[in-house]
Amino acid sequence: MQASTLDSRRLPTVPALARILPGGGLQSGGSYTVRNSPALAMALLAGPSSAGLWCSVIGVPDFGVEAAQGFGINLERLILVPDPGSQWLTVTAALVDVVTVILTRAPEHLAPTEWARLKARLRQRGAALITLGAWKQSDSTLGVAESAWEGLGAGTGHLTARRMKITATQPSGRLRHAYVGLADLQGTAPGTASQGALLPQGLQPGAAPGSASTALFG
Amino acid sequence: MTPLPGPADPATRTLMLWCPDWPITAALREHALPADTALVLVDRGEVFACSPAARQDGVKRGLRIREAQARSTGLVSLPYDPSLDERTFEPVTAAVETIMPGVQVLRPGLCAVKVKGPSRYYGSEGKAADVVFRTLAAIGLTDVRIGIADGPFAAEQAARATDQDPDADRLVVIPPGRSPWFLGSYPLEVLEQPRLTVLLKRLGIRSLGDFAALKASDVRNRFGIEGALAHRQASGLDHRNVVARKPPPHLDTTADFEPPLARIDQLAFAFRAPAGGFVDTLREAGLVCTALHVSLHTESGEVSERRWQHPRWFDADDIVDRVRWQLQGTHASDHGLTSGITRVHVAPDVVEDLSDHADGLWGTGPDEGIHHGLARVQSMLGHGAVLTAIIAGGRLLADRRVFIPWGDAPPAKAPGKDRNQPWPGRLPGPAPATVFADPVPAAVVDSRGNPVDVDPRGLLSADPAFFRAGPDDGRRPVHSWAGPWPINERWWDPTGRVLNRFQLVDQSGSAWLLLLEDHAWWVEAGYD
Repeated sequence: MQASTLDSRRLPTVPALARILPGGGLQSGGSYTVRNSPALAMALLAGPSSAGLWCSVIGVPDFGVEAAQGFGINLERLILVPDPGSQWLTVTAALVDVVTVILTRAPEHLAPTEWARLKARLRQRGAALITLGAWKQSDSTLGVAESAWEGLGAGTGHLTARRMKITATQPSGRLRHAYVGLADLQGTAPGTASQGALLPQGLQPGAAPGSASTALFG
Repeated sequence: MTPLPGPADPATRTLMLWCPDWPITAALREHALPADTALVLVDRGEVFACSPAARQDGVKRGLRIREAQARSTGLVSLPYDPSLDERTFEPVTAAVETIMPGVQVLRPGLCAVKVKGPSRYYGSEGKAADVVFRTLAAIGLTDVRIGIADGPFAAEQAARATDQDPDADRLVVIPPGRSPWFLGSYPLEVLEQPRLTVLLKRLGIRSLGDFAALKASDVRNRFGIEGALAHRQASGLDHRNVVARKPPPHLDTTADFEPPLARIDQLAFAFRAPAGGFVDTLREAGLVCTALHVSLHTESGEVSERRWQHPRWFDADDIVDRVRWQLQGTHASDHGLTSGITRVHVAPDVVEDLSDHADGLWGTGPDEGIHHGLARVQSMLGHGAVLTAIIAGGRLLADRRVFIPWGDAPPAKAPGKDRNQPWPGRLPGPAPATVFADPVPAAVVDSRGNPVDVDPRGLLSADPAFFRAGPDDGRRPVHSWAGPWPINERWWDPTGRVLNRFQLVDQSGSAWLLLLEDHAWWVEAGYD
């Protein structure tokens, strides 16, 4: 597909997601939608944030910051605006000027002209917008198609690891998917080391994600 | 060796002004408590200072707070704040400076003045002291003692020698040259030199008079410079002089409004010029302000006070924003002003040197841009709408995340919130991505449709088979589950909570964290 921007710069992305995203990673000026998984959205933020870029979360009051740190998001460079109220567009546009990646709840109504202006601003500032929830106007839509948790039985154990099938849809309708573990999505930030220790051997970051997934979903 | 002033140097006649229990007086004035309150100031769990009413009940300095509370019922305890002492002593110093120049503040509650000039002006030393008493009574300070003697040391002892009864004479004047006689009967401890005191006691010297009777040259040869200085103090020849302070530049700003302003935008407009003047005054002094106190006075006498911090430093717009936010009430304690604003007072709390904050030639990097952008959003939505987060200690996930408004310092580590302490009952495994600020009602039933519950002994009534994660959620079959994990928070406290935690995974592979409290189910978090 032809790129919509001339100088599409790539933002640092977690390798497991870079493989299925169009252009091989988060593009500056791009917009992405994550359908059904806040954890996946956190994984998208983790790449830029662990590289030292500023991120912002707008209109998501239930954002779990402890999980965010587990994904490798630097909390010192994470700005939260839980309730922008009726000024979603103004706040988002103001933050596009100063931060690199914005995660936000999909707006209920956004006129096409307003969206075009916001998109131009994203391109101009080299920022990326990630929306949570169904939204048709973005460049690419990601979602968790299948998910399986490990470690939990009938009344025993506790959640330890997760395997997911992640799909990425492009506006052209082309669909890519990948089987990844939760540990593959977690960046390499301080704080993840202790969580990695809880995971079974085969799910450590670096284990080939494709091979293990066949056993689960095959 | 440092040359000592010769014995011919006369000691400076000094007026020492002493406010007994100044920390207590300051706290009473600051919190507008009645004078007979049994009040203690607590520093690190021990009583630092206590009011006369508390002292009558047997409370004294150094007592543990529990012990003090046991001795005196109805005890009011406040944390000790050294900066409050200094702040409230400032008006006292300023009042004395209006009638006699050259005040030296030795510490809050104690200041010295050279009395030679004032005594000539007012007629005598006693009359000068009377003027001080009257001036301080006018600002509401009655429990003041004054000692006048040769040198600050003797004058301080004279001030402390005034009668403890507040109605008795509050002035002790030691005539010129009589200070050695006055000090003669004092024990050595008043020198506040423990090592020297012990040594002298072993030599059989018990009082300042005994010590002063030694020959100055002998003392100097045997005890060195420290001993020689102490010997001069004991002889009533104080080596210290009164070093007058230079009154600090007037940095705070006050704006009075007549008639009172009722609308925030009016106030913001009217306060813009004083705020600009405040910043300009600071800049002329080569300073920038990084923290300030804003107090708002209303027509009906209410006062709203708050300390504001800034990640860089305040400019005029920032100050106007802070005044506005304080009125809009971003914190529960701030709002509720019922009448028009008559006065706005802004005082700098922390000032730093301008050169430490100068912008670099090419700016100071991207963080400056971040700050400007976020300040813009804050002025749109309010101070508390733009947050950063830190992770604190706790068992429930909502307790573990702490939001801090952008620009505020992270709260000092509260005891019992330390993340590194063990938290029995905390959640194992990866943290959930969605943590509900307010738990969402849920329902869990067994295979026959009866609600699942946990009995007082911690046993589950039946295995969960279906659940709803939210009031509008469809019925989800349970694929795998774990629990109950009991959490018993603060069992000694009636407000403590007893909960059971469950992890549930439904058929589609979504994982949830549910709470069972008092037979009701709640969704605490979601792992999606």
